[in-house]
Amino acid sequence: MIMGDVMADAVQRPRTRADYEDFLYREAALLDQWRLEEWFALFAPDATYEVPTFGKGLDARPDSSLFYIADDHARLRHRVDRLLKMTAHAEWPRSAHVRMIGNVRIEGGDESGTQVMCSFVTYRSKNNITDTYIGHAAYTFVDEGEDLLIRAKRIMLGMNSLQPHGKISIIL
Amino acid sequence: MPGVVKPDEHNGRWIVDDPAAGVFKVNRNAFTSQEVLELERERIFDRAWLYLGHASELSKPNDFLTRSVAGRELIFNRNRKGEFQAFFNTCPHRGAQVVREPTGNAISFKCFYHGWAFNNNGKFATRSTPGTYPESFNCAGDVDLPKVPRLESHRGFFFINYDVDAEPLADFLGDAIQILDIVSDHSPNGMEIVGGTHEYSIRANWKLLLENSYDGYHAAETHETYFDYLMAELGPETLADIKTLQEINRAHTFPKGHAFTEARAPWGRPVARSIPTWGEEGKAQEAAMVAELNERVGPELALRIADRDRNAGFFPNLVINDIMAITVRTFYPVQPDLMLVRSWALAPVGEAPEARHRRLNNFLEFLGPGGFATPDDVEALECAQRGYASAKFAPWNDISRGMLRDQPRADDESQMRTFWREWNRRIQGGR
Repeated sequence: MIMGDVMADAVQRPRTRADYEDFLYREAALLDQWRLEEWFALFAPDATYEVPTFGKGLDARPDSSLFYIADDHARLRHRVDRLLKMTAHAEWPRSAHVRMIGNVRIEGGDESGTQVMCSFVTYRSKNNITDTYIGHAAYTFVDEGEDLLIRAKRIMLGMNSLQPHGKISIIL
Repeated sequence: MPGVVKPDEHNGRWIVDDPAAGVFKVNRNAFTSQEVLELERERIFDRAWLYLGHASELSKPNDFLTRSVAGRELIFNRNRKGEFQAFFNTCPHRGAQVVREPTGNAISFKCFYHGWAFNNNGKFATRSTPGTYPESFNCAGDVDLPKVPRLESHRGFFFINYDVDAEPLADFLGDAIQILDIVSDHSPNGMEIVGGTHEYSIRANWKLLLENSYDGYHAAETHETYFDYLMAELGPETLADIKTLQEINRAHTFPKGHAFTEARAPWGRPVARSIPTWGEEGKAQEAAMVAELNERVGPELALRIADRDRNAGFFPNLVINDIMAITVRTFYPVQPDLMLVRSWALAPVGEAPEARHRRLNNFLEFLGPGGFATPDDVEALECAQRGYASAKFAPWNDISRGMLRDQPRADDESQMRTFWREWNRRIQGGR
């Protein structure tokens, strides 16, 4: 039986928390380094990237509530294109950022993919001011062969307003 | 010469206004000075009508919300009869904020500090052992929740005034009130605030956001990346269209500092100008809305509602931009170089889900702190504020654009001159 389980795992190997942590650390590094094309390649073709306003959790829908960001894959493509231009004035000259990921846990899985939650702290520094964004991120992952792809990423801010940040001009 | 206003009393210190020469300048100290901020609090924010909220935010009797207006915490609520009221959110006893939730439904409010309670008409409703307070306690209503001196509304837009002697709201708004009518006429079912608030701050003087919100001149330059996106979405034929749009590009100014621009932009309007990306279904839905508008409000107003974009600035700090979506935005100074901003999305009650989806998509593409445009506005305003540190050697902003034109355009600066003239009049002590 033990042998059989091992064989089954080899065919459909469940991923461990460490696998997702590795993925999230890599994603954070790509964003910290402004490697946005590589970051965009982490997303599945039907992916969404969303930042609801404060207090709206996983149930909120961007077609009935006001969000800060509600990108489908096409608009996320435009967001990346925009942020790579020098005419994205809020981010040119570019800010420096540092992302910390923690409290990673696998929440479950269903036909949409595997749900993973984490906490994050993102520091953005520009013009001698450092702003801190904090919150939780909810991911849905799908397998693409050996690789993982993000099917949904929702940032739930742990701050009741964007004061003093004034904007979300980077990708959280 | 008695009766003649000395030039230096109204002209020259904060603004230079020379219509004959076509020159209008604003002194940059107006954005940096603590003295100016104190004058603004006394002569503008304590005397002008300030936006509080929209009736749709309190849809049922006994609903309430708490909101800070020009630095003062307020309770905006409806009583059992459904009447709208505004109170200062401070306990008459020792001052604690009485209501601490953002929204709710309640027939009474209780201060958690010592337990003083009030009904939702603000009446003191606390029982004490006989002898604790004199018989005359609260005979004058002095321990009721204090009412905001004035509360008036037009088409569901509620405003407060901290000056009990202020002129009526309708007189203050004058013909600029048409903007409230136009956005209220988008739908036969009335309008509502969509759930969710954009709350953010900008490290810049509050007046810069009013200027920015109806500044047609900055759009192409500051928002190049947004227009790149729009062109990619809409296709190259839109570019030719933009050139023809110049003919219907106007600024309209009103007494008491209000103004709006009206033009025709290339983006889609959820009521009711379809774009190719909305498909045949979207096109048909938008056409049905145009037909309904023509029937209900007549072709002239229907054209303005469906096919013209308006950026309105009400003195001193309310913006209603009826563009690729409708945003209601207000903002207050905390310091000369820091403002707090609140904005909301306004939409028709009972809007079809697909239309609501198009609206909120449009909203987020351009508007708000995560959009493709607003972050660059925030950057521009903060950048200007940093520039004003050199005001001693570079003292003037130029606001002269189009001053000699007979019919000012949306990308001229007459709307800002209208604001600044009223600002200057009030700062000099004018009521």
